Amino acid sequence: MTTGQKSAFVLSRRHLLGIEGLSRDEISGLLDLAEEFVELNRQIEKKRASLRGRTQINLFFEVSTRTQASFELAGKRLGADVMNMSTSSSSMRKGETLMDTAVTLNAMHPDLIVVRHHASGAVELLARKVDCSVVNAGDGAHEHPTQALLDALTIRRNKGRIDGLTVAICGDILHSRVARSNIILLNTMGARVRVVAPSTLLPVGIERMGVEVARDMRAGLADADIVMMLRLQRERMNGSFVPSSSEYFQYWGLDEKKLSYARPDALVMHPGPMNRGVEIDSIVADGPQSLIREQVEMGVAVRMAVLEALSRNLPNA
Amino acid sequence: MLSDRRPILLANARILDPSRDLDIVGDVLIADGVVREAKRGIGAAGVPEGTDVIDCRGKVVAPGLVDMRAFIGEPGAASRETLASASQAAAAGGVTTIVCQPNTSPAIDEPATVDFVLRRARDTAIVHVHPMAAITKGLEGKEMTEIGLLKAAGALAFTDCDKSITNAQVMRRALTYARDFDALIVHHTEDPDLTGDGVMNESEFASRLGLLGVPTAAETVMLERDLRLVSLTGGRYQAASVTCAESLEVLRRAKDAGLDVSAAASINHLTLNENDIGPYRTFLKVAPPLRAESDRKALVEGIASGVIDVIMSDHNPQDVETKRLPFAEAAPGAIGLETMLVAGLRLVHSGELQLMALLRALSTRPAQLLGLPGGTLRAGAPADLIVVDTDVPWVVDPNELKSKCKNTPYDEARMQGRVVRTIVAGRTVYEIV
Repeated sequence: MTTGQKSAFVLSRRHLLGIEGLSRDEISGLLDLAEEFVELNRQIEKKRASLRGRTQINLFFEVSTRTQASFELAGKRLGADVMNMSTSSSSMRKGETLMDTAVTLNAMHPDLIVVRHHASGAVELLARKVDCSVVNAGDGAHEHPTQALLDALTIRRNKGRIDGLTVAICGDILHSRVARSNIILLNTMGARVRVVAPSTLLPVGIERMGVEVARDMRAGLADADIVMMLRLQRERMNGSFVPSSSEYFQYWGLDEKKLSYARPDALVMHPGPMNRGVEIDSIVADGPQSLIREQVEMGVAVRMAVLEALSRNLPNA
Repeated sequence: MLSDRRPILLANARILDPSRDLDIVGDVLIADGVVREAKRGIGAAGVPEGTDVIDCRGKVVAPGLVDMRAFIGEPGAASRETLASASQAAAAGGVTTIVCQPNTSPAIDEPATVDFVLRRARDTAIVHVHPMAAITKGLEGKEMTEIGLLKAAGALAFTDCDKSITNAQVMRRALTYARDFDALIVHHTEDPDLTGDGVMNESEFASRLGLLGVPTAAETVMLERDLRLVSLTGGRYQAASVTCAESLEVLRRAKDAGLDVSAAASINHLTLNENDIGPYRTFLKVAPPLRAESDRKALVEGIASGVIDVIMSDHNPQDVETKRLPFAEAAPGAIGLETMLVAGLRLVHSGELQLMALLRALSTRPAQLLGLPGGTLRAGAPADLIVVDTDVPWVVDPNELKSKCKNTPYDEARMQGRVVRTIVAGRTVYEIV
């Protein structure tokens, strides 16, 4: 796409609940639209009025810093009224059910609800109870569509394409919604996807989800254009799924040596927050091949694109 | 060391090499720490100058034994056994490789402890010593150890020793994770709840003695569970110490299904039964307990057929203070490094087992399962071998045994056959002159 030419892309669905089911054209349309917002976000005047009058509720049942912050910024830059609700400060803590919360919020006539929930499928459940658009900001180990989109945008801007690239997704695949969304998106866009993890962190049947499977980094990173590291939760590294953080780093942590197994121009990504010295060495995280900071920038632009593209499909009366 | 590293020719021996079913009369030439050749007529063709020629007429030459399960008290219980004393006992029993167990104090559950044992063995032991490491931290059955780093440090396999991991999820994950490192999980199969406070085989004899019994189901329940998990995970598994006839059926089924499963039995369970306990003899208290004679016979058949792969000593030195107690209160365990082979020869002399099958289960199979280069007399193999007089009669005198503890179940037993020379890495470390 060329800058200056405005994208008129409309996401012709009410919700964005996952990457699953999105067509190649829809993904490309969202990425093209996001490119505009990348430019906008680098201006001093970052405001647009396309969501003026709209109400956006960020409903976070699970703590989040960057996702919540970037959805908030995205909504505000598009002119929406944004309200944040999180478990720490709401009646959800007092035992209100997900369904009751949905009905309550729906009565306030929001236009967009952005939801994160620790249970897979919870966002879809909530979406059935409300009249507005719902964006999945991460549900359990199921999907995190805006993360996959921002990753795709980052890859496309740096490699010029996604089609034909080899992408190695490394680490805790078992518990990762980021991995699932990325596997679906990258396959849809024509990339070759490989997952690399100890067997204890691989979900059953993963080899039938359109990926190659490797248990060690040397085989897993061979010929990779993109090395995508995943966060390993602390409670999973003390003998339950892997023995220790030091053993994990030794065999699956991305350091300069392991990165050298990938292509010389390979680029490194991480959805954050990072465990430095566990899944990734600081030298790599902060090194010249790292795209980690750029991913955060792309996050705001992609979320603006998602909100904008969904709102264009909202009824105007 | 009784001899320097001059070449050795073991001449006119009956050579038994289970790694290739070789049973011939011939010579074995050893030089530079490896077996050069083992065949007929080496001596007649001429040997290198300075070779020690040892006449082994009428004796058996075989690969040195690899004992997969021996407790040694270093670190933490050196009064019971040191690496030095265990290696002396091993050499006298024809064991050229000891695989020591991680239930030490501290437990061998981190790489530094593996390193300690290897260094200490290098400095004090006269046979090869390799440690197994724990499957779970502190042998607590909860969190798996650093299987990758421990294996890299030199742990040959992984075991929680005489403890069974009751949490099936922990066992599943350990098998799954170990598979990525091609690590062998050796697991004790005794359900602790079914074992309860039992101290001997659950039987009429136990009832007459007024002792609480351990049913064979304690073993088969755990073994069946394990094999389901092996089927689920594709891990490499060994049942550490099987004791009863029912376990053989379970194992045979798993092997027929192509699972990567092996099994070991202790020399005690192959040569003794519950009746040997007699008047509450605590030296015959072992865990799992000695079973019925029908179980013992089935185990021997299991060795002959290969359903049971390995015979191990289950060497477990216990002080007088832990054994000179009422039967139920005494510690379980028996020493066995020094008597394992000769006890096994009883089965050969009674016609229950071929000598080749015995030696295979004592050397070739354990070496294969552990990925060690020994257990064979092929050219280039490490010169770890034994010379055995299979017929000489003798009586076991506990005071003559080299182990620091004297808790042998073969106390005063009449034996037929004895190791007369043990060679480790080309050096004679034990001989009867």
